[in-house]
Amino acid sequence: MIEVEHLTKRYGPVTAVDDVSFRVEPGEILGFLGPNGAGKTTTMRILTGYMPPTEGKVTVAGFDVLEQPIEAKRRTGYLPETPPLYPDMRVRDYLTFVAKIKGVPRGEVKARVDRVMKKVYVADMAERQCGRLSKGYKQRVGLAQALIHEPDVLILDEPTAGLDPKQIIETRQLVKDLAGNHTIILSTHILPEVSQTCQRVVIISKGRVVAVDTPDNLTSRVGGSETIYVQVDAMGGDVQAALAVVPGVTGTGIADTSGTVVGLEVQIASGQDIRRGLAAAVVNQGWGLLELRSMRMSLEDIFLHLTTEEARHSDEAEETTTGGEEAVEPVDPEVMNG
Amino acid sequence: MGNALTIAHKEVKAYFESPIAYIVIGFFALIFGYFFVALLSYFVGQSLQMQGMGGGAPPLNINQHLIAPLFLNASVVVLFVLPSITMRTYSEEKRSGTIELLLTSPLTDLQIIMGKFIGAMTLWAAMLAVTVPHIGLLFWKGDPEVMQVLTVYLGMLLMGGCCISVGLFISSLTKNQVVAAMATFAVFLLLWVIDWISSFTGPMMQQVLTYLSITQHLDDFTRGVLDTQHLVYYISFIAFGLFLTARSVDTERWRG
Repeated sequence: MIEVEHLTKRYGPVTAVDDVSFRVEPGEILGFLGPNGAGKTTTMRILTGYMPPTEGKVTVAGFDVLEQPIEAKRRTGYLPETPPLYPDMRVRDYLTFVAKIKGVPRGEVKARVDRVMKKVYVADMAERQCGRLSKGYKQRVGLAQALIHEPDVLILDEPTAGLDPKQIIETRQLVKDLAGNHTIILSTHILPEVSQTCQRVVIISKGRVVAVDTPDNLTSRVGGSETIYVQVDAMGGDVQAALAVVPGVTGTGIADTSGTVVGLEVQIASGQDIRRGLAAAVVNQGWGLLELRSMRMSLEDIFLHLTTEEARHSDEAEETTTGGEEAVEPVDPEVMNG
Repeated sequence: MGNALTIAHKEVKAYFESPIAYIVIGFFALIFGYFFVALLSYFVGQSLQMQGMGGGAPPLNINQHLIAPLFLNASVVVLFVLPSITMRTYSEEKRSGTIELLLTSPLTDLQIIMGKFIGAMTLWAAMLAVTVPHIGLLFWKGDPEVMQVLTVYLGMLLMGGCCISVGLFISSLTKNQVVAAMATFAVFLLLWVIDWISSFTGPMMQQVLTYLSITQHLDDFTRGVLDTQHLVYYISFIAFGLFLTARSVDTERWRG
């Protein structure tokens, strides 16, 4: 549905996007992941025909965006980082205007506007001026704008940026519902979003693609061994000793202690699930088992791993220290669960 | 064409949903009304004097001595008013990011530009419409020549079109509306006074400068003369302005 071949964009001496290639299959949701300034927005702008590439070729729904821009744009819906709303226009008038310039047949405009307003839950704000909407509603009207001509391809630039948690969940659900009928590219720097909504991930750093894979494959590819977090109501040294002898454990370390509660990170050989063994070991000692969960390498870690690895490649002069360990931030449990 | 009209419609609505349209139309109506009263009083005074002298002198020509100077004066107001119409056309879209919507919609640059041009021209026509009652009054009490009145209006429309096309181009160069308005005003002013130095230059230069001045070309229209030379000037001026706008939008796109 979308084919990007050797895409390069230079602004004068600065290369924003450097030889990027990937494909998106029909009905797929592709996550476009990268730190700020990695070239996500530039790539998306090229895909939508907003700006031409310096080199390379982009085909959307079978149409080259440079050679047949009108046909390609007809089949593309685009939600830029800031929703492109006219502050003085009412929501209904705005969507009617967009429907007309996107080529919705005149007779269908009204029905289409009503339908899309229901779909993204903005029907109750139809007569409100766009400039007076809350951030969440603006984003939804922005999404309505991208959907109104029922495009084959949807390109969403950070669709959940600036929304509150409830709106984020709603938006994600909306995006998931849209897949199937639409092929979606979604950029973000919120990682759980990608693992929850996307089937495949493109990680981009400094204008280059550093990985293209499914979230699961990325996790197993980068994360060699696994870690289990155990929180026990007992003294630290004892617990460490007790758990070290459980079959399958390759190492233990104290992660945190508070009062009589101790948290340990237990390294295990990959592919084994020894949570039962660990639980039994704790309970047999008569300690209270407060928490036991798998700490699979999160997308966050993979992301940092890949992007910092890239940085090292490009800067050989830097010291070659141990793996990527010091760059990997401790995982924020809330983000992990998010 | 349908797409251009959709954009034009949006532009006109935007003018009337913000105070801009009311301010420019109100301002223009006020100044035009003032010119009208002033020139009418003068004209009536002159006519009475001529009659008082007797001797069967022909009555003063109302077209030449009232309508023509009236519109030539009014055209000065254009200088101040039209930049405030054109300043927002592109600058505002760039600043608010809505330009991304237009440029990623299945529209050609020409459709967008024509839409904006037609939108601004519609507002300019609405401003001119305000003057129709005044002229109607003259038809009611006197008998001006219809053709001459029509050519005056045509001339005014075309001259405004030149200013609008320049304004569009300048607005497409910047995100800042104030900068757009000031620069447009400066260019208009230059085009206005460009023939003032013509008498001090060589004959060749004099011709060029006089030809470039946008008011020189309005003169014949106010006399009821429809000369292709002036039509060509205005229309090619507008086309050139719109062409520059198209180039500017395209260049912006490549630079990103």
